[in-house]
Amino acid sequence: MPVVHGSGARRRRTRASRAIYLGPGLLYITLFMAIPMGFILSYAFLEKAPYGGVRLSFSLDSFTRALEPVYVSVLENTLLIASITTLLALVIGYPVAYAIAKLPPKWRTVAVILVVLPFWSNFLIRTYAWILLLNSEGIMNKGLLAVGVIDHPLALLYTREAVILGLLYAYLPLMILPLYASMERLDWSLLEAARNLGAGRARAFVDVTFPLTLPAAMIGAIFVFVPSVGNFIVPELLGGGKTVMVGNLVRDQFLKARDWPFGSVLALTMVGFLVLLFAVQGYVARRINIGDSRA
Amino acid sequence: MRSIGWLRVPLLLTYAFLYIPIAVVVVMSFNASKMPFNWTGLSLKWYGALFHDEVIREGFTNTMIVAVGATVIATILGTLLAIGLSRYTKSAILQAYALTPAIVPDLALAIGLLVMFSFVGMTVGLHSVLLAHVVFGLAFVAAVVTARIGQVDPSLEEASQDLGASAWSTFFRITVPTLLPAIVAGALLVFTLSLDEFVIAFFTDGPSTPTLPIVIYSMVRFGVTPEINALAAILLLVSFTVVIAAQRMTRPRDLT
Repeated sequence: MPVVHGSGARRRRTRASRAIYLGPGLLYITLFMAIPMGFILSYAFLEKAPYGGVRLSFSLDSFTRALEPVYVSVLENTLLIASITTLLALVIGYPVAYAIAKLPPKWRTVAVILVVLPFWSNFLIRTYAWILLLNSEGIMNKGLLAVGVIDHPLALLYTREAVILGLLYAYLPLMILPLYASMERLDWSLLEAARNLGAGRARAFVDVTFPLTLPAAMIGAIFVFVPSVGNFIVPELLGGGKTVMVGNLVRDQFLKARDWPFGSVLALTMVGFLVLLFAVQGYVARRINIGDSRA
Repeated sequence: MRSIGWLRVPLLLTYAFLYIPIAVVVVMSFNASKMPFNWTGLSLKWYGALFHDEVIREGFTNTMIVAVGATVIATILGTLLAIGLSRYTKSAILQAYALTPAIVPDLALAIGLLVMFSFVGMTVGLHSVLLAHVVFGLAFVAAVVTARIGQVDPSLEEASQDLGASAWSTFFRITVPTLLPAIVAGALLVFTLSLDEFVIAFFTDGPSTPTLPIVIYSMVRFGVTPEINALAAILLLVSFTVVIAAQRMTRPRDLT
């Protein structure tokens, strides 16, 4: 922090610096994120025009339309798929993060990079890889046929399970990362204390480790759940269009059906989930009171 | 090596889960057969075919224009923002605001931008994709650089200013050099994010200038071809190299 109790010139210089450093970035975010989000919010309350775009009159039609049974069932289906994906990510990610945190320090970095690396590669290609694996002529079926487990190819691709698998594959690193970060900073002496005071392994885990890592688990869950809800590539490529999720609906409203207000309402539900879940996470983190809600 | 006991089982299984699909794509890219699921021998012909594919070459050029442009702008804006956030304000709200573009669902951001561009009557093309990629890019740069600033002693800059250096020369001779590894790491991350980004490009691009991920999308929708495998292998190599380079840049031992 620059010292500001100096001369008036210095104070002016600090103020000028603040504007130069903060101004451009914050202005850019406002122009290309906040205002676009404002557009979605406003469009949700407008009437749709016949060929895309909107008519400038207030309407709640898009909200009532979202409550029609067809769309409610898509929403339910989406939430189910995203929830199963999140749960699987948690069940798999937790022991993995724990294992990495228990590795000797020099191995930890490598172990974490190996988890994150696939996440930084092209999403379409990672999804495409599963087409190669799950196709009726693909590696999985060939392997199972060769071993003799099955006598005809299984329909693995274009199922709801394939969609869940694809989402899990895409977002598992996002679960492991925050969990690992919190476990790495975990005060293991607390765990030792619990054990010394006579708690069994299970008891020590339930009473000490789990609550301390819960905020991080919730962050991981948000990082897996939210993009799963909005994903339209995996349902299309691995679900074969049979599994329709909210993301597919949003895309179609903007590129095919041209009902932008309705698409905006659907997109808002995604943002709504994000905000709501972060609020819950923040509340839980404060309740656990470890003074670190970012863990 | 301290034993992690039975925990090595989920760890190793997870690595297998993460890397087997990638390995399969890479191995199949060297398959001589045109049939995507039959191995008939080693060949590099699909890599050759890639370089002669006009659509892919154009997509690659478009992607490079966007990625390089977005990286340059996002790195400058993100670095300034990081310095501003850690030295000139204590506001937690501003800090959270600066990170939102990295967290907001890509589909929501994509359609928000589409709606705004169409509302103001802007033509879409590579420039609109570039504008969109800068917004999440600068948030990533700001996050990486902020983490580094936390470890750098601000008294160096103060000393420089007290000794009569202008704000300008303090910035270029003290601030930038001490933050350089983080700035480069942030730039590399933005570059690979932009290179691979599909959803936002899909909604904010014009029809005549598809980026490489858009080309890939239209290819994979129509099934498996050996050319995609080769393209996938190259892109995986690029991303992995760039990310590992970025990681080496931010290693703690680089601290001054």
